[in-house]
Amino acid sequence: MHELAPALKPYFNEETTEDILVIEGTHAASHAARLARVQAISAYPITPQTSIVELLSEMCATGDLDAQFIKVESEHSALACLVGAASAGARCFTATSSQGLLLMHEIIHWVAAARLPIVMVNVNRALAPPWSIWADQTDSLAQRDTGWIQFYGESNQEILDTILMAYRLAEQVMLPVMVNMDAFFLSHTAEPVALPKQELVDRFLPPYQPEFRLDVNHPRAFGGLAKPDVYMEFRYHMQQAMEEALQLWPVIAEEYKYHLGRWHGTAIESYRCEDAETILVTAGTITGTTRLVVDQYRENGVPLGLVKIRMFRPFPVEALRQALAQAQRVGVIDRNLSFGQGGIFYSELKSALYNGDHRPLLNGYVAGLGGRDVTPDVLAEIVEHLIHSETGQDLVWIGVKA
Amino acid sequence: MSQIPVSVPAQEIMGSGHVACPGCGAAMAMRNALKVLGPKTVVVIPACCWSVIDGPTPHSVVGVPVIHTAFETAAITATGVRAGLRARGEEDVNVMAWAGDGGTFDIGFQSLSGAAERNEDIIYVCYDNEAYMNTGIQRSSATPWGAWTTTTPVNNPKSRPKKNIVDALAAHHIPYIATASVAYPEDLVKKFERAKSIRGMRFIHILSPCPPGWKSVPEQSIRISRLAVKSRVFPLFEVLDGWKYRLTQDPEPVPVNEYLRLQGRFRHLTPEAIDQIQQDVDSRWNQLQQRIASSF
Repeated sequence: MHELAPALKPYFNEETTEDILVIEGTHAASHAARLARVQAISAYPITPQTSIVELLSEMCATGDLDAQFIKVESEHSALACLVGAASAGARCFTATSSQGLLLMHEIIHWVAAARLPIVMVNVNRALAPPWSIWADQTDSLAQRDTGWIQFYGESNQEILDTILMAYRLAEQVMLPVMVNMDAFFLSHTAEPVALPKQELVDRFLPPYQPEFRLDVNHPRAFGGLAKPDVYMEFRYHMQQAMEEALQLWPVIAEEYKYHLGRWHGTAIESYRCEDAETILVTAGTITGTTRLVVDQYRENGVPLGLVKIRMFRPFPVEALRQALAQAQRVGVIDRNLSFGQGGIFYSELKSALYNGDHRPLLNGYVAGLGGRDVTPDVLAEIVEHLIHSETGQDLVWIGVKA
Repeated sequence: MSQIPVSVPAQEIMGSGHVACPGCGAAMAMRNALKVLGPKTVVVIPACCWSVIDGPTPHSVVGVPVIHTAFETAAITATGVRAGLRARGEEDVNVMAWAGDGGTFDIGFQSLSGAAERNEDIIYVCYDNEAYMNTGIQRSSATPWGAWTTTTPVNNPKSRPKKNIVDALAAHHIPYIATASVAYPEDLVKKFERAKSIRGMRFIHILSPCPPGWKSVPEQSIRISRLAVKSRVFPLFEVLDGWKYRLTQDPEPVPVNEYLRLQGRFRHLTPEAIDQIQQDVDSRWNQLQQRIASSF
């Protein structure tokens, strides 16, 4: 281990850390899959995901990771392959992005309804046409209703830690988890990342032991025709599992902190929200820049706060109501868009607040689509707009050229 | 009581109570396939008639673990099952994908080609009833030239020949390919035995009579299947490593019309059209003979 700068010590806990590497988000994801001891990987190349599975290929080739690696002919097959492998009882991993995620869509539904605890990393990339390889969250948010648990990450370290926690959650509630990172802002940006000690990860994440699997000694049929008298219960149980996931996630985060020494918040993270009259709500890498802007406003005496949404499904309704209970004005910044409606996190938050006790003024800002920079100046423009708003506005475009 | 000796295994893996139509070739084919493969088998079924034949949840007649999967994913799901079993150290299990012609020739062709190219260790069986029968008889690329379906009406029957799936698979140089017929169960059983003894990608193409779709009489399914082989519309042969061809049955030939005339789907054909089919069958037979001659 290198000698740590004092400021880094709380973040990179020496007792739990095997090594600190300066790596891209994609490679943080690869190391997480290795540390989770995944048994089957199936993948197809797509920018900017590809370096995740490139590194995993090397790990399998050198024996650092003992996993079956199937190099398939499409993203659709990448996920369908894991339907088979997970049903046979293996811990599974894949990664994709953008068009690849959309090609998987049928199987994304299938995996959740088959109750397979697969963990997939999606690198959030804009959809074509026109072609774009840069950051945009519309790809994963378009998978909202598939039955996958979804997380959005702010840093490479958070991506690594979230993947390890995701396996615990997935295997406990038997739903798949998608861990999302912004294209390039995370996927191809090198940051220091602490790799936890394997024996501590093993203690936190025991081997996968499914209750039901394809077992020739106990033959069962999976996924056969369900008539109307039984189908609805399958869906009811998925919703129950989602609600259980919401309850379980803070417990798993606490356990992760206990074993591995790091904490990234629960389903959300509140930053400087004490006495905050105005709060910005973000997800993904815009969060990091927003922290800086919040600090600047606080220095000037403006009571500004930040709520970062980590978990999008199940949507943390109660946690958000509590976090915003004192806020007068709330602005949601979306790097995504539901055409004909607006920013997707905005819509979700608005819906979450409707039946709550407190309804602050709420604005929806759409910014940074297709990887356009959301700089401190852009965020300051949003803050000024929000502070001076007299009524809530569903869709405010930021930085669109006239 | 004396018994006639047969070479079809006595063991029954598939249970009673399947919900196939009377005279369905797909049900007979599964029964015989599982007699050979035995209880240490996992079956992967994409959308096809067998999604229904297996019985509604929670029933299943197959008698071994079954995973139902999306239409176009039979080969890749089977690939994944093999990987998952291998990851758990379970090596002595047969993994069999069991798909119809739509799931094989059309929508599942990409993942089938991928699995074949990678030489995945699975047995892929296509029970071919020559149209989308489960959705109500729509043409597939396995539908033969001239046949009626609900999307190729009699005044505009199918104008393109049946896709040659065996040639397509042979082009992937996989270890074992065979055609099989429910009318020749001993031949079918031998092919499953051979497939079971080989590692890597194995493809078995079974012509599967469908009385509702072929507009035929259920009790004539075996007779029609036998005539498909005798008329050389569906010869029984094997392809080893993608190039070594071997005929496994060579019965006394009959004109194609013997096969066609028992099926309502061909009733509209003119004598000229039947002649055309006979010529096509003859030329494909000659091509097969040439391949056999140059194989060994």
